[in-house]
Amino acid sequence: MTFEQILFILFAGIVVGGAASVLLQRNPLYSAFSLITTFVGLACLYVTLKAQFLGVVQIVVYAGAIMMLFVFVIMLLNIRDEDTAVDPNRFLVYLTIPLGAILLGALLYVVTKVNLAQPTGDEGGTVERIGTNLLTKYLLPFEATSVLILMAVVGALHLAKREKE
Amino acid sequence: MPLELLVEWTIKLLIGFVILMTTVAYLSLFERRMLGFMQMRQGPNRVGPFGLLQPVADGLKFIFKEDITPLAADKFLYVMAPALSLVPALMTFVLIPIGGEMKIPFIDRPIALHVTSVNVGVLAILAMTGMGVYGIVMAGYASNNKYSLMGGLRSSAQLVSYELAMSMSIVGVLLQAGSLDLVKIVANQGGWGGMQWHVFWFQPLGFIIFLISMVAETNRAPFDLPEAESELVAGFHTEYSSMKFAMFFIAEYANMVTASAMATVLFLGGWQGPGVAQLPLLGPFYFVAKMLFFLFLYIWLRASLPRLRYDQLMDFGWKFLLPLALINIVISATVAVVLL
Repeated sequence: MTFEQILFILFAGIVVGGAASVLLQRNPLYSAFSLITTFVGLACLYVTLKAQFLGVVQIVVYAGAIMMLFVFVIMLLNIRDEDTAVDPNRFLVYLTIPLGAILLGALLYVVTKVNLAQPTGDEGGTVERIGTNLLTKYLLPFEATSVLILMAVVGALHLAKREKE
Repeated sequence: MPLELLVEWTIKLLIGFVILMTTVAYLSLFERRMLGFMQMRQGPNRVGPFGLLQPVADGLKFIFKEDITPLAADKFLYVMAPALSLVPALMTFVLIPIGGEMKIPFIDRPIALHVTSVNVGVLAILAMTGMGVYGIVMAGYASNNKYSLMGGLRSSAQLVSYELAMSMSIVGVLLQAGSLDLVKIVANQGGWGGMQWHVFWFQPLGFIIFLISMVAETNRAPFDLPEAESELVAGFHTEYSSMKFAMFFIAEYANMVTASAMATVLFLGGWQGPGVAQLPLLGPFYFVAKMLFFLFLYIWLRASLPRLRYDQLMDFGWKFLLPLALINIVISATVAVVLL
């Protein structure tokens, strides 16, 4: 087994373990912390694939900012274990099985279809290359996303204002 | 991976760790003595000459104190919290370059005075400091104490808010240096005989924003609301004792050291200075001197300024610092396009 393989097994184990723990914990705060563990493991996997920028952004954005808000809300509302008991509408629970199957099928389809190239080992320009691609080749999706985020900001502002009156 | 590199990294890591821990220990003494002088009293001066052995005595005391876990605490998170705030605080120092490349006797290739350099260095440091807040939040929640919870909540809100202003103030520097790599950012400030620092060269506004948000990010006075002793007892670490408390303490001071080092690297030219080109050995001395300036500033601020109110803190961060940082980005971008 090579060094890379050992690292992969270690980090993949963290990711899968964290994800399983998100589902199995009864305390929502523990679930949130498990999700953070998953994100950190994913970031490590990105780094082993020579995508340092993606890995670090994963931690800054998801593990750092977004999960912080989740934890903040859970702590503020102080949700207890009994509040999160399973909903009596059991049919919703069974709906998860076909939905999960669809998601799995879609992922399998993508994995088999896409040509999985190995990382080239060129460490020099991940930031530069992502920046150049975003502002040339993928300019339209990039701008569309920024408009979407702007809309979300305006919406959040509107909701916050209305509550004050 | 060649064995030689592995040995080099291990040695550098050990040296960095020892330097960081010693700095943290003596920073606490330095702070207490300086606060003493500023408040017209002596400060701790009994243990050893000038109180120089005080950190050793403090460390021993921490080890021998009783380690208390509250009965109603969440045991697992309670134990995890100090470790989670200490580890990121110690990790960040790995990326800081404290000097240029240097010839060392018996080694034929030049040795760089940083443990590792990645092309996303600035972002990596921001990411790790961002993870440190979970330790504080966890401590606040796990202690099962209303003061701790308040401290934890305040800290998470404060850190998220000021992290934004801090990251935005760095963007100007990144535009000017054209890299996220800390080594290259330092190299970019080498002109004018080692005095072309970003703080003089188009980034004074960014420097001030970074300075303010850096104090807020490390939970220090006048932004120390998470542990405001007059209203929250001691905030998130109220219930902690013995070495667990010491770990929070070390984490806070290590964060101060790293933040000072970051400010030095980004705005004050890192190890650059007059005469470094001729005598590379001067580099680390310049670096330490600049870092000490920031550490002194922390203590000075603590001695002079009263604590802010919580809503003032939030208003200041979101309504003043963040717009100012955005203006700075626009100015920097214009400058970068027109002049560079």
